[in-house]
Amino acid sequence: MVNCVAILAQAVDWQAPAPYLFVGIQLLGLACFAYIATKRVAPLIRAQSDVRLDRPGLRTQKLLKFWFGQWKHPRYRVAGTLHLLIFAGFLILATRAFYLLTFGFAHDFSAPSAIGRMYDVVADYAATIVFLAVSAAAARRVWFKPERYAVPPKYGKGHPVDAIFLLALIAILMASESLFEATRAAIQMQRGISVEFLPLLSLPWLLKDILASTSLATLWKIHIGAYLLDVLTFYFLLCYRPFGIQFHIETSLFNVFFSKLDRGTVKPVRWEVSESQLDRVKSFGVKKFEDFTWKHMLDFYSCADCGRCSDNCPANAAGRPLSPRFLTIKARDYCFQNFPVFGKSTNGHALVGGIYSEDEIWSCTTCGACEEECPLLIEYIDKIVDLRRGLVDDGNVPKSIQKALKALESRGNPYGKLEKKKADWTKNKEFQQTCDVKILNGSGGAETLFFVDSITSYDDRIQAIGRATARILSSAGEDFAILGAAEKDSGHDVRRFGEEMLFMALRDHNSDAIRDSGVKRIVTSDPHAFNALKHDYKDVPPVEHISQVLAREVKSGKLRLSRIENESNVYTYHDPCYLGRHNQVYDDPRAVLDAIPGLKRVEMQRCRDRSFCCGGGGLMLFYEPKEDERIGVKRVRMAAEAGANVIVTACPFCMVNIEDAIKVAGLEGKMTAIDLAELVDQQLVRQPLQTTSVVEEVLEEMQV
Amino acid sequence: MEILVCARRVPDTSENEIQLNSAGNDIERDDLVYSINEPDNYAVEEALQIVAKSGGNVTVATVGTDEDEEILRREMAMGANQGVLLSDDAFNGSDGKGIATVLKGYVQKNKFDLVLTGVQAEDGGAQVGGMLAAMLDYPFASLVNSIEVLDGNKLKISREIEGGNKEMSEIDLPCVLSIQTGINEPRYVGMRGIRQVASVEIPTYGASDLAVDPKSVGENAANVKRDDYFVPALGKGAEILQGSNEEIVAKLIELMKAKGGLQ
Repeated sequence: MVNCVAILAQAVDWQAPAPYLFVGIQLLGLACFAYIATKRVAPLIRAQSDVRLDRPGLRTQKLLKFWFGQWKHPRYRVAGTLHLLIFAGFLILATRAFYLLTFGFAHDFSAPSAIGRMYDVVADYAATIVFLAVSAAAARRVWFKPERYAVPPKYGKGHPVDAIFLLALIAILMASESLFEATRAAIQMQRGISVEFLPLLSLPWLLKDILASTSLATLWKIHIGAYLLDVLTFYFLLCYRPFGIQFHIETSLFNVFFSKLDRGTVKPVRWEVSESQLDRVKSFGVKKFEDFTWKHMLDFYSCADCGRCSDNCPANAAGRPLSPRFLTIKARDYCFQNFPVFGKSTNGHALVGGIYSEDEIWSCTTCGACEEECPLLIEYIDKIVDLRRGLVDDGNVPKSIQKALKALESRGNPYGKLEKKKADWTKNKEFQQTCDVKILNGSGGAETLFFVDSITSYDDRIQAIGRATARILSSAGEDFAILGAAEKDSGHDVRRFGEEMLFMALRDHNSDAIRDSGVKRIVTSDPHAFNALKHDYKDVPPVEHISQVLAREVKSGKLRLSRIENESNVYTYHDPCYLGRHNQVYDDPRAVLDAIPGLKRVEMQRCRDRSFCCGGGGLMLFYEPKEDERIGVKRVRMAAEAGANVIVTACPFCMVNIEDAIKVAGLEGKMTAIDLAELVDQQLVRQPLQTTSVVEEVLEEMQV
Repeated sequence: MEILVCARRVPDTSENEIQLNSAGNDIERDDLVYSINEPDNYAVEEALQIVAKSGGNVTVATVGTDEDEEILRREMAMGANQGVLLSDDAFNGSDGKGIATVLKGYVQKNKFDLVLTGVQAEDGGAQVGGMLAAMLDYPFASLVNSIEVLDGNKLKISREIEGGNKEMSEIDLPCVLSIQTGINEPRYVGMRGIRQVASVEIPTYGASDLAVDPKSVGENAANVKRDDYFVPALGKGAEILQGSNEEIVAKLIELMKAKGGLQ
């Protein structure tokens, strides 16, 4: 600083106040930021607790991949690339900004070290690239206007000016830094001191050439002016950030580090409150803003409003009154309004009925497309479930869902069917001749449990999937059985619809039944049951989805598949959300399909982790959402666009929705749907059993 | 306002397969699940909404046995202030009049401004409300589908009449109203709510507590006795339209016009 002051004193007329001015600006800037940041932290302190410090190693890995590595960004090629450039530039320039702000231009005329020189070159290019990238980003906003940035009228007005303003601030920051560098070089040149190297085609290099013939006095003024502009812009930007999407520059690092680690799970009703203590919790779920956890509030701060979540949301696409993007934006606006930087904070407003509508909260299929896409790993499903818990606690449940929940309570299935009829799907005569399904009664009845779940047990159409699964298990030589009347609904979607206590009752009942049966493993054909048994249940044997068993046994040769009859058919595989996104089973079902000789398979544009939900399973079948077009109809059209005429899925709910959608879309006769288990059952070569018996006969004869 | 809602536990029609027993004089009751009679649930919701607006308490009473406590608890979980079980061996086998007699005894022991019943029990004959009002000498209105509390101890009520029209009436308190489904949307009662009232003591009153003459109720006093159940024989009458979608629609419109459904 002393050096800086000395040089300044020699060089300019207004020397005396300048250093104090700079120090003053910096202190003021920091103080302002500290004040604003404290105000922003205030609601987080009043929020519910959240456990986010476990597994620091894994969290660091996620930080490196998703924050430092910007892993999700290239999923949107143009915006992602621009963001990557800006982010990388920021990281590089952070060191220089710190140096510049701390030391002013104290080091001005001393020769930098070799590393310093190298860094300067990199930083000059970084500033240039960031400048160009923000210009391109601004151009996109102004001229190209990607659809996902648009704000539908029902969600209020868009703020395109805010985005441009932010980009302009960054551009000014880059330009002022570069101008500072350029004028320094120009001064060095005019004074005849060895000129610092400015890299070719960088912004400082360009500016230096423009300024070459400017007088020394003017250069000094520009030099100090650029510095002043840089410092002012820097601190303005710093204090402006906590007021909008730009806040993610600070919060993203924390948001990614504290992000959710376990896929397919649902947060507990209250962190750090055990299930046995739940009766003492006064209110369930999220009813007012302070009921969110601090991490969920941090999510609201971190959202960059990029629109990727809603761009992928099936509910939003079908015109349901839900957009994950605005779920967040509305909460942030609420937070800023009720926890203002200046003035008193208010609290206690009901969120549903205020910023959210009931339909909005019930519209989510919990497919997870939004979470899969978010570059900042913002969570949505847990918030939706928490909001639903709040609605359930207040008794605000749509009538159609109330009926299903009531039936689940009294009969253990949403249809209100009799328990004793749970195994009726096995009593089909034709089926009984080919396959005998044991019903577990006491311990030691079988190695493997086939967990059937409600829809496969009771729905006429879906029972066929149950029978196909049983036949496959039997062909693969599995020693399997079912629980029959002792099996209740897995409760997967009871939990996701916010009825936690009912879920717990169902889970406890099934867990006891499973443990008492003494089975070693569980297989299911229902991804919802699969997800529940895998993530929501504790201390039950390991569970597999039938597609995993199929892939293994096809590979091992235990199951052999015959050539497809109609080779002109084109198949496409629809990833069920709870098999794919929530459990990462993408390859096994595809491997099974590709093992069927002669089967032609195409991919839909939206496949694997970008798969488009069928419309929702479980209790969603009982909900009549307000929508422009059924989600399933959109999905069926996607299959048609891909050139397929057979949709293969691996989930009973997908089957219900897709078969309905084929009819609604008027594609009956042109498009069919089949479950993976049904297709395999159809193509199964059932000879191995016969050959064994032939061998046994021969052996017997030989012994005789 | 002090409100009494008279409720009843019935087999839940949506979660049972109702079948006749082999003797044909009752339904098969082995595998049934029970719940509150649906119109009674609407009556409780209505009472809760009135109390939420104008203050007071909601009491839910049922005539039955220990098994019937479950519906009282469910309605308490819903928000009712107390549940009351009116139970006595002497009450067994009562007809509508007998049940009304028991309820009358309970009403007279207390002070209620308003007594609500469901429009009818799913296994009953819509008798109790009217009889209870007559026995108490209270004004009565049936099939009520909206209630507004007016000043001066009056209610403005409506009931649906032919063609979806509403008939509005004023009625003096205290009175008895039988509540039609659709008057409101009853709130959901979750497992959590039921658990919270699981151990609340439910007061039980017998004939002597209610000053009810045992001879005036029960099977012996019943003037109406259930004689038989039968399932109507399947008749003809359904017509399946055939042809292409367009043809079916055309035929359907024609039929609807012919029968006066379309003009």
